[in-house]
Amino acid sequence: MLLHADHLTIKFGGLTAVKDLDMQLNKGELVGLIGPNGAGKTTAFNMITGVYAPTQGKVLLEDKDITGKKSPTAPGMRPDQITALGVARTFQNIRLFTNLSVLDNVIIAHHLHLKSSLMGAVLRLPGYRREEKEMREKAIQVLKAVGLEKLYKEEAGNLAYGQQRRLEIARALATNPKLLLLDEPAAGMNPQEGEELMQFIEAIRKDFDLTILMIEHDMKVVMGICERIYVLDHGETIAQGTPNEIQTNSRVIEAYLGVDASA
Amino acid sequence: MKKETKILAIIVTIGTIAFLFFANQFFDGYKIRIMNLAAINIILALGLNIINGFAGQFSLGHAGFMAIGAYTGALLTLSPSAKQMNFFIDPIISPLANFQMGFLPAIIIAALVTAVFAFMIGVPVLRLKGDYLAIASLGFSEIIRVVLTNLQSLTNGSLGLKAIPSYINLFWSWGFAFLAIIFTFFLINSSYGRAFKAIREDEVAAEAMGINLFKHKIMAFVIGSSMAGVGGALFASLLTAIDPNIFKFALTFQILLMVVLGGMGSISGTIVSATIVTIMMEWLRIVESPMTIGSLTIPGISGMRMVIFSVLLMAVILFYPKGFMGTREITWDFIQEKINRLRKKGKNETLQKDEV
Repeated sequence: MLLHADHLTIKFGGLTAVKDLDMQLNKGELVGLIGPNGAGKTTAFNMITGVYAPTQGKVLLEDKDITGKKSPTAPGMRPDQITALGVARTFQNIRLFTNLSVLDNVIIAHHLHLKSSLMGAVLRLPGYRREEKEMREKAIQVLKAVGLEKLYKEEAGNLAYGQQRRLEIARALATNPKLLLLDEPAAGMNPQEGEELMQFIEAIRKDFDLTILMIEHDMKVVMGICERIYVLDHGETIAQGTPNEIQTNSRVIEAYLGVDASA
Repeated sequence: MKKETKILAIIVTIGTIAFLFFANQFFDGYKIRIMNLAAINIILALGLNIINGFAGQFSLGHAGFMAIGAYTGALLTLSPSAKQMNFFIDPIISPLANFQMGFLPAIIIAALVTAVFAFMIGVPVLRLKGDYLAIASLGFSEIIRVVLTNLQSLTNGSLGLKAIPSYINLFWSWGFAFLAIIFTFFLINSSYGRAFKAIREDEVAAEAMGINLFKHKIMAFVIGSSMAGVGGALFASLLTAIDPNIFKFALTFQILLMVVLGGMGSISGTIVSATIVTIMMEWLRIVESPMTIGSLTIPGISGMRMVIFSVLLMAVILFYPKGFMGTREITWDFIQEKINRLRKKGKNETLQKDEV
């Protein structure tokens, strides 16, 4: 098992945003996380990546505890430490470094593996220069994989919307993750772009040997590529299973369409 | 860097060095003093730009760190007899009393001492963001000043230190300015510099990319502040007399003005604006002297210079919100683009005239 979200519960004041989420991802799986607005999907992502610390429960990555910190001095992992262990993510509202070049956006993701010291970097010692060259080459490779290599000099903020989404995924890939969390990658895309995205996600899963957990509203995308699906509603896990099981699950239909008052 | 830009940088450097030799030979003391001040301001502004412009942590504590550097540099270079003369109320504490060293080691120690204080202040302060960070760092800067005022037997309190050896000359000040420029350039264009910029652009995303926010913020803060320490030590040697009241918030504001005018996140912008602001600070003294326009006589009002700078700052914020350079640098391409635009403008104007 690659990731085990062990009975996660998080409360914000009186509101229980996610209740008793128990999620298990096997290596190489592509799993969907769906649910109506406000169901707690992104909150679940934030707990896995250490942005929030769960009120109860633990997050285990390959049996190692990676639960986030409750406060800066509390025990637990910081988001950057979790990224270093191999969990990368994208964001629902694209969060690129808009004023930096496309290439710099990707190279930054290699910084966590940098061995040279600050002095080594400033004095451009041979060790640093070699590392910088390697980082650059790897970044170009990732950009090639997502088809953005020709735009490497462009400012990230100037890219088209779909390209920005790709760049965000490229940046996450550059951290060299085992687990990739995609938060609504198809948001704002037309059906054809959604189709391309599905193929793209399939391709990177193979090429980079990834396990993927994906939040998505576009049912065509979710049902098309996800092997298993978890459904959240008001913070509770109301269903899990294969796309076919989910499509016929009455509680899921209820959550999405509401209950017929006359029934 | 592009080849043309490299050549441009080398030409500018050689030109500046030639100008320094020329100035050293032929300029009077007043002009040389302004040039020294310009170099010191470049160091200070670059330090603040690393913290505020590149790492995006809005700190207002620069004057405090300058004070630490200035006092360290001054106390280390003052001769034992000068110390005895200065400390006539309370004698100076013993290890420092008979201690004197050269200018260069004094500056290096000033930088290190400032770095230690910056680290101690940075650890609590950098947990804050935005306005809160600005206010807290400003508060610590004032605390440093108050402490310096009250440590009678270490700093001579509000009497200040006088007869500080004036080692500074154009080559010291501009030598350190060159070092600061080169250091900042290599820092910003290294992987660490990219991490700083990522934090400035989006902290959440930077952290998700595996950048340890706290470590890099502290790094930028300590580096920028120790540059303020170097600037402070040079400043003390230039003034030859310092007291805690020099290092008030107005000084931070002056340096911040240079950074904002030049562009938060632009090295070349900072260099140009620090030089221009320093020169204008002196040149604008004419508005503070009494003037006679026709039959109207305006009495000299001291402080009018700062009014002009405030107006300038407002104009820049309104029309160039990112400063004159923004995050760009003056490169060969940048200059060519500007020339092309000017040419086009000229052409358009002649075209319009022809149409009429």
